[in-house]
Amino acid sequence: MHGFANPARFLRIARWLTPLLLGLGLLLAGGALAWGLTQVPPDRLMGDTVRILFIHVPAAWLGMAGWTTIAVASLVELVWRHPLAGIAARAAAVPGCVFTAICLATGSIWARPTWGDWWVWDGRLTSFLVLLFLYFGYIALAGAAQKDAIEGSGAGSGGGSRITAIFGLVGAINIPIINRSVVWWNSLHQPPSITAGKSAIDPEFLVPLLIAALGFSLLFGGVVLARMRTLLAEIQTEARLRRKALA
Amino acid sequence: MTAAIKPKHQRLVLLGIALVALIGAGLLAAWALRNQAAYFYLPKDIVAEPPAPGRAVRLGGMVETGSLKTAPDGVTIDFIVGDDKARVPVRFRGITPDLFVEGSGVVAEGRMQGGTFVADNLLAKHDENYVPREMAEMTAAQAKATVAETR
Repeated sequence: MHGFANPARFLRIARWLTPLLLGLGLLLAGGALAWGLTQVPPDRLMGDTVRILFIHVPAAWLGMAGWTTIAVASLVELVWRHPLAGIAARAAAVPGCVFTAICLATGSIWARPTWGDWWVWDGRLTSFLVLLFLYFGYIALAGAAQKDAIEGSGAGSGGGSRITAIFGLVGAINIPIINRSVVWWNSLHQPPSITAGKSAIDPEFLVPLLIAALGFSLLFGGVVLARMRTLLAEIQTEARLRRKALA
Repeated sequence: MTAAIKPKHQRLVLLGIALVALIGAGLLAAWALRNQAAYFYLPKDIVAEPPAPGRAVRLGGMVETGSLKTAPDGVTIDFIVGDDKARVPVRFRGITPDLFVEGSGVVAEGRMQGGTFVADNLLAKHDENYVPREMAEMTAAQAKATVAETR
């Protein structure tokens, strides 16, 4: 694992991987959305409203995948003190937060014609709103920790970064709750359509959905890599400026 | 590294214990919320433990096929919401959501009045099946299967 600990080696790989992921993701996600909007037949009950599926569901998956990334990277940062893990966790926060917001917005638009209301306080919707607030908290905490480290009041010990990582781990408890919410509690949101190896979604909807999910995942990966490069560059600039000031 | 336990492993064990405790706490909280966090009651819950008359509750279940009747005034509807064990008659006055049809799920907000559930608001519950319109002929069988699946 420490093979990628060297930021120089990571940057060499990220340099060509970032545009590749972004380009491929844009192509797949755009293609799947165009297919979903124009070629897919309307649903038997929901009609054309079903087309929002192709953005709502990938956004939901990636909103949860974003926090899972934060949690895993935080664990690696805390236990192995991997130098890139904390940066990866911070880089995943903003795209994860954006996908969570997209999921909530499209879900609300979908709920109005389908259920008859913009918002209900059922288990799934409430736990997903909590995820959005967790993202807000994490982003604010990570920003404060970075500012602290740069200004030197944190004495460069990484204490702020460690608190951020602990918050990332604690917040992960919400992920299984979101996943199980429609099973544990009677909710207005329907139970999962796709469970291990089975799908209640007709192939005509499922194929473009999976392609869209793959495309958005690649976009997510590309944005995370781009943000990691930015964060590394910021740290480097800061170190260089500090050396100059001391000289 | 002279110590018996490497610091790395100590951190791993500590974090492992913390995570297990955290997940345990989360699961216990979720378990305690089991009934309170439910968005609606099933017909069998309402029949087994009727809420106090006039107390606002939500009732969720399947609209029984063939039970939907429109009153002569044209805006009042009567139907039966059922699950595998119980059936509750429901009355509603107003405009129903597009997805409100017989044989599909519904959540009604309202209160019990003398054996009838008087709803102020209806929410349609979509099931987990997504089927193109061309395959609508399988709807009847599928709706039956869905009714059987729903507790």
